[in-house]
Amino acid sequence: MKEIQDLNLPEELKYSKDHEWAKQVNGNIIMGIDDYAQDQLGEIVFVEMPEVGDTLSQGDEFGSLESVKAVSEIYAPVSGEVVKINEDLEESPELVNESCYDKGWIIEIKPDDLSELDNLMDKKAYYEMLKG
Amino acid sequence: MNHPGTSGLIFREPELWEKSRAGRCAVSIPESDVERAPLNTEYTRDSLELPELYEVDMVRHYTRLSQWNFGIDSGMYPLGSCTMKYNPKTNEAQASRDALASVHPLAGEEYTQGALKLMYDLERHLSAITGYDAVTLQPAAGAHGELAGMLIIHAYHEKNNDQRSKVIVPDTAHGTNPASVTLCGYESVNVDSGKGGILTPEAVEAVMDEDTAGIMVTNPNTLGLFERNIKEIADIVHAKGGLVYGDGANMNAIMGIVKPADIGIDVLHLNLHKTFSTPHGGGGPGSGPVGVTSALEPFLPVPVVEKNNDLYTLNLDRPDSIGRLHTFYGHFGILVRAYSYILSMGAEGLKNASEYAVLNANYLKESLKKTMNLPFDLPCMHECVFNDKNQQPFHVSTMDIAKRLLDYGFHPPTVYFPLVVEGSFMLEPTETESKETLDQFVQAVEAICREAEENPEILHSAPNITKVTRLDEVSAARKPCLKG
Amino acid sequence: MRYLPHTKEDIDSMLEKIGKPSIDSLFDSIPDQLKTNEPLDLPDALTEWELDEHMLGVEQSIIASGQCTYFIGAGSYDHYIPHAVKYLISRSEFMTAYTPYQPEVSQGTLQGIYEFQTMIAELTGMDVATASHYDCGTALAEALLIAVRKKKKKKVAVSSLIHPAHKQIINTYLAPGGYELLEIPYNEKGLTDFSKVPDDDIAAIAVQSPNFFGNIEPMELAKKACDDKKVFFVASFTEAMSLGLLKSPGSYGADLVAGEGQSLGLAKSFGGPGLGLLAGTNKQMRNLPGRLVGKTTDTNGDRGYVLTLATREQHIRREKASSNICSNNGLNALTAAMYLASAGKTGMREIAQQNHDKAVYLKGKLSEAGFTFPFDETPFFNEFIAKAPAGFAETRKRLIRDRCIYAGLDIGTYFPDLKDHYLFCATEKVKKEDMDNLALEVKSL
Repeated sequence: MKEIQDLNLPEELKYSKDHEWAKQVNGNIIMGIDDYAQDQLGEIVFVEMPEVGDTLSQGDEFGSLESVKAVSEIYAPVSGEVVKINEDLEESPELVNESCYDKGWIIEIKPDDLSELDNLMDKKAYYEMLKG
Repeated sequence: MNHPGTSGLIFREPELWEKSRAGRCAVSIPESDVERAPLNTEYTRDSLELPELYEVDMVRHYTRLSQWNFGIDSGMYPLGSCTMKYNPKTNEAQASRDALASVHPLAGEEYTQGALKLMYDLERHLSAITGYDAVTLQPAAGAHGELAGMLIIHAYHEKNNDQRSKVIVPDTAHGTNPASVTLCGYESVNVDSGKGGILTPEAVEAVMDEDTAGIMVTNPNTLGLFERNIKEIADIVHAKGGLVYGDGANMNAIMGIVKPADIGIDVLHLNLHKTFSTPHGGGGPGSGPVGVTSALEPFLPVPVVEKNNDLYTLNLDRPDSIGRLHTFYGHFGILVRAYSYILSMGAEGLKNASEYAVLNANYLKESLKKTMNLPFDLPCMHECVFNDKNQQPFHVSTMDIAKRLLDYGFHPPTVYFPLVVEGSFMLEPTETESKETLDQFVQAVEAICREAEENPEILHSAPNITKVTRLDEVSAARKPCLKG
Repeated sequence: MRYLPHTKEDIDSMLEKIGKPSIDSLFDSIPDQLKTNEPLDLPDALTEWELDEHMLGVEQSIIASGQCTYFIGAGSYDHYIPHAVKYLISRSEFMTAYTPYQPEVSQGTLQGIYEFQTMIAELTGMDVATASHYDCGTALAEALLIAVRKKKKKKVAVSSLIHPAHKQIINTYLAPGGYELLEIPYNEKGLTDFSKVPDDDIAAIAVQSPNFFGNIEPMELAKKACDDKKVFFVASFTEAMSLGLLKSPGSYGADLVAGEGQSLGLAKSFGGPGLGLLAGTNKQMRNLPGRLVGKTTDTNGDRGYVLTLATREQHIRREKASSNICSNNGLNALTAAMYLASAGKTGMREIAQQNHDKAVYLKGKLSEAGFTFPFDETPFFNEFIAKAPAGFAETRKRLIRDRCIYAGLDIGTYFPDLKDHYLFCATEKVKKEDMDNLALEVKSL
């Protein structure tokens, strides 16, 4: 397991208490799980995703990540409609481990209200939370 | 060396279909004595690609496979919470008696009196052991018994027009407990076992309310500790109209010593494949009878075996019943084995079994506590839980110790359960292991813990002399290959 | 007691190590008022010799043996079990092992179950078969639970001709979650009437073929009804032997298949333990409850097998698990694998065909003896419904008592409209002579 100071936590992202990241791209929100979560879970073997068109409320459980012997739920960072899911994860769930901020993104949401992003933490606040 | 570890004689053996040759067949089929009656090809299949072997191939295949397995008959199998006691051979002989193996479930009551009587008597024997007013033998496994028990609790509240939404489950519980709760439409509410490893009345009081259907308790619990506050806890739950469910997985510790019905538990399931010596079969078939107090008797699954003037019958007409749980009457063949076990042991024998199970567990606990860390150093019942704290400085984990035990010829204990102990190493020796075997086991663990300090690599690579080494479970789950 | 090891010396030295004065004191953590003071009220212990004698008595009070003739099936079938299968399955390395949680010393069970999954997938025509369930009824209930959860609907439609006990089990499993079972009626041919699927908002249609009457269902109509309503197609069978001859449920497009595997090398044993089969399409793989074995490699790159996709199961997912199943019927799954491997491609086909041939012959003979057939034109496998001539009930009783011949199952208790109707079965074990004699007995009424 990584030490907290060794985690890769990009400045430009927003973080949730459940260890998801979110960023705004062309008015939509792309999200995934962060370095801390992928490290804690270990080798991810399956990603359970919602269907395109599902509507989510901020904080809703919408899917899960499975390692060999554990399951961890994924929660919606903002409310909105699922407009895209990362289909590559069906065949290659390891992308979440290898590239959690890029190729391992999970879903793209068309948000109802962009200001909900403000409920999430910036890197500094998140880092403080992890340090406890 | 005093331990039985051996690589034995291990053959390689391909999958069945790799041995297949077109035109072979390993069964004897008499020529038909009636005319062929072809079925319209609209309904018949074109192909059925099963392997084609002759009898010798088939026999060698499964003989070789069997040699890669570790069973109780191979050696000590101290798998905590699983009660891997010796499975007497006489039980197998009794269950395979011609009439018992051949009897058709729908033959009719009047022609199957012996089978019904056996079930009726076994119910009474299990009642005598647990103290319950009525027992059903229908559930096909422990988890199925749990489902039956929770359905009974659900039906009881329904009947009283007092349906509730939650059930309390302690953090030491088997995973089947919360899963059974969910199946009955309830939500499970966690309660911590606390620092002493057992439930406190205060913790239960804090979560018990009038929307809670009851509590599920395993006693002795999965830390091997007796829940000594059980009566007060039951009183708290009963006072708010709830019921107490007992997971009898650990009944092997208390036969002839405590009757669960006497200590406030309203419903209890037993595992005949644990306490009553029926074989585990590599994962079943088991049997999970359920005992209930008289207030819950109307809710038992149908059919119920009844006795009227020396005639045994199956009663289906029970309006409050939770319904049926098995196509016929449960795992009769397993019931026969448990029945012959109880008759062979008698009252004194069963009590001795529990006494020796507890003696053996305490002996292991005392013998190993200077070698491995013991998070709860309390007198235990039939099992005890260590962990890998003393070995962590050498980067050796519970899993490594467990795997290395295989090289020494012992089956490892249950690992990483119960969840309340990090890195748990849960030993249940059972009553059927002798002192010499326990001593050999202790020596093996001591030797392994020395290796952990001196040569940890040998633990990381263990097991080294088994048919296969550690397997790639990540690839197995990422790209599942579930058939050949 | 011969299963218990300790001598007095053993006990004394162990107690000394523990630091307790007596066995009783080991139980000091239990408050006295919770202990029982009386010995258990059980019969005196029997020696093995006495047990043999006692069990012989039990056996003699049951009219059943390998020599009896069973013209009844209805979910439990009298097929021949090869000696090699019985011999191999009794090897204690298989019988006395636990669930294969330590794969390095469980490769026998694991490869055996992997081969079982493979052969059951082939038999049912499905992509994935689980490592087994308790019986067909419980497997079917689990399949319908998958459907209601996935479709988020409260109702399922079930053919009125699935096994009557299975309907009861489904009710037991579904009712507490607030789910409801609706029945699809049957028609004058003794087949499910798919034109009468209820209009309700349902999650699945379940159909058994051959159905409880023994008739082969029009599975393509079942599939169409499911497609029309966009619901799960759940198929079941109680007679696994039928799949030696009949098209598989998978070939008709079933999403989930539940079956009874007792016919594959298992004794009737008063109805249990049997063998629940549960199979699905690849799409349903992660929704299937129960254990699955997968193939992988070890650190040396050698082939090996492990329990996999365990995150679906209760010991990891706890309250979020879709089922609470833990122990399954593993040893019986291995028995079925041995049976299928023994009979193989040609054996299964031949045995299945002989079942059908004998049932057709039996029907002809019963016809001569005065029976009539309400579904005369409908194709069947090895069971069919026959209406008995007057006085048959008494003859039937006499045949059981005097000659251990079970001549059909009275189905009036299950279907009150079908009073005096019997469900007859013929397997490969019944001889022409037995059927001729049965006809003679009935004729001589």
